[in-house]
Amino acid sequence: MEKSIVLREGYAHLRKTRTAFIGGLLILLVILIGIAVTLGSAEFTVAESYIAILAGLFPGTFIAPEMADIIVWDYRLHRVLFAVVAGFGLAVAGTVMQGILRNPLASPFTLGISSAAATGASIAIVLGAGFVDGEYLIIANAFLFSLLASVAIYGMARYRGVSSETMILAGIALMYLFSAVTSLLQYIGTAEELQAVVFWMFGSVGKSTWPRLGLVTLVLACTIPYLIYRAWDLNALAEGDEVAAGLGVPVERSMMVFMVVASLITAVIVCFTGTIGFIGLVAPHITRMAIGGDHRTLIPASGLVGAALLLAADSIGRSILAPQILPVGIVTAFLGVPFFIYLFMHRRDA
Amino acid sequence: MALLSVEDLSFAYRNHPVLSGVSFDVDAGEIVGLVGPNGCGKTTLIKCVDGMLRPMEGRVMLAGQDLGKMHRREVAREMAYVPQSAGNQTASTVFETVLMGRRPYLNWTVSPEDEERVITALDLLGLEGLAFRKVAELSGGERQRVMIARALVQETGVVLLDEPTSNLDIRHQMAVMEVLSRLAEERDLAVVIALHDLNLAATYCHRLMVLAGGSIYGYGAPEEVLTQEMLGNVYGIEAVVKQDLPAPYVVPVRPGQLQEEG
Repeated sequence: MEKSIVLREGYAHLRKTRTAFIGGLLILLVILIGIAVTLGSAEFTVAESYIAILAGLFPGTFIAPEMADIIVWDYRLHRVLFAVVAGFGLAVAGTVMQGILRNPLASPFTLGISSAAATGASIAIVLGAGFVDGEYLIIANAFLFSLLASVAIYGMARYRGVSSETMILAGIALMYLFSAVTSLLQYIGTAEELQAVVFWMFGSVGKSTWPRLGLVTLVLACTIPYLIYRAWDLNALAEGDEVAAGLGVPVERSMMVFMVVASLITAVIVCFTGTIGFIGLVAPHITRMAIGGDHRTLIPASGLVGAALLLAADSIGRSILAPQILPVGIVTAFLGVPFFIYLFMHRRDA
Repeated sequence: MALLSVEDLSFAYRNHPVLSGVSFDVDAGEIVGLVGPNGCGKTTLIKCVDGMLRPMEGRVMLAGQDLGKMHRREVAREMAYVPQSAGNQTASTVFETVLMGRRPYLNWTVSPEDEERVITALDLLGLEGLAFRKVAELSGGERQRVMIARALVQETGVVLLDEPTSNLDIRHQMAVMEVLSRLAEERDLAVVIALHDLNLAATYCHRLMVLAGGSIYGYGAPEEVLTQEMLGNVYGIEAVVKQDLPAPYVVPVRPGQLQEEG
């Protein structure tokens, strides 16, 4: 009887730790947002930037310092929030892919979805060809190609039998194929086109606008609650196809649905940002090391870790060589890789 | 009526037939050992019985219901499956891994009753001390017990196990079989267990099913099934079967060829 009380308390403790982790991350994120908004050529304090944010939300109640209002709302806040939302989405997509494929290397980048987006963008830049005209050419191409990649993975997996191996191999094959196409386009492109392609591939949140932020937020708001709702199925799939089937999960159908949802999230983000490779890989790992593998908490926590990482990386990219802005994709790799290796080498269960 | 009843089951991978015309019954409280040489179709049979593979012919009746017409979640409430590979390298704790066995019943939250069942299963398998360790850190034997505990909290009438003892030392093999025997008796479970070790099977199983080339060679009490003739025909070995012990005991002498010499 005493033993059972100890076990109950142990599980309750586990859950409390997770709630605390998520709470802590939320607070950290709010602080980071405040700091990130102050960064830039016009200087004001963190307090002033919060007041400016609140003044926009509740006009009349708060009065922002002159100019801060405009700078915050028109120039900075959507970029900062875009970094938050993009980091959140990429991390969730990575979590889901690692979960269903049971492979620590699975991420939107390693499965060829980001490379496909880059190829779509390159075709638009170099050949000027695409599905729609005008300013949305590059974005639409990137979006459609990343969906094309996931359809191709789906098709190959369908033909060969859905399993984590077939999906990973199909994804890696596609990644190389799309990289080769992008290289070819860079080879035949002019110097300016080459520069544009390379710059697109660095990955940046500099192209954010309020409507784009709204669109990405809408997609996340529709998909992530569904993923959290099906967290038990993700937990079961992470244990293996056979285990999941034995626990009553319709394995093939679920894997396909999860793959499509994760691809959609990735596509809607990378078409605006270019390839930001690292967040989708590391954020789930960091979170899993910290709070374990229950997707009920892993998904939101990992999203928050991704959001904090991407926002921090973008803030550093904006300030380290100011007024030069480093693309966030470069910063995430420079900061994230050593951090990740450190965590990996020092974790206890390695 | 038998709890689990397999009727004339046949299965093929593409054009390669693996099982043909397999029929058998398993009663509640009974442990059936599934034995046979490598590649005889043991794992395929277990997967067909669980409904993971769709048989080409025949059907599986589970407590009077046709498994092919049941929803996966319903099947998971009637029949648990412990696969051959013992666990993945996930970051989950033992407690949570066992809790996953409640998935066929869970909505989203975990109720105190679910926790209670997990605790009971951990206690039965002597895992309380490991409850908050990560499964990836455990030894093969401990991990195997976690998988069995998970199958138990599914609270099914039928439990299928695919070589649960293959990575274990002799003491842990016996410990696992002891637990299964006790549970079969106490909870009236029907247990089907694929085993390589004939002597272990003879000691703990009520009936043995010998699978050879995709069909049943023999199905009955260990002393009826484990014969010199069977070992020669099915395994291609010369062996002596000692019948004067509590359970028949197979002593292998030498492999192959002897048949021709008479």
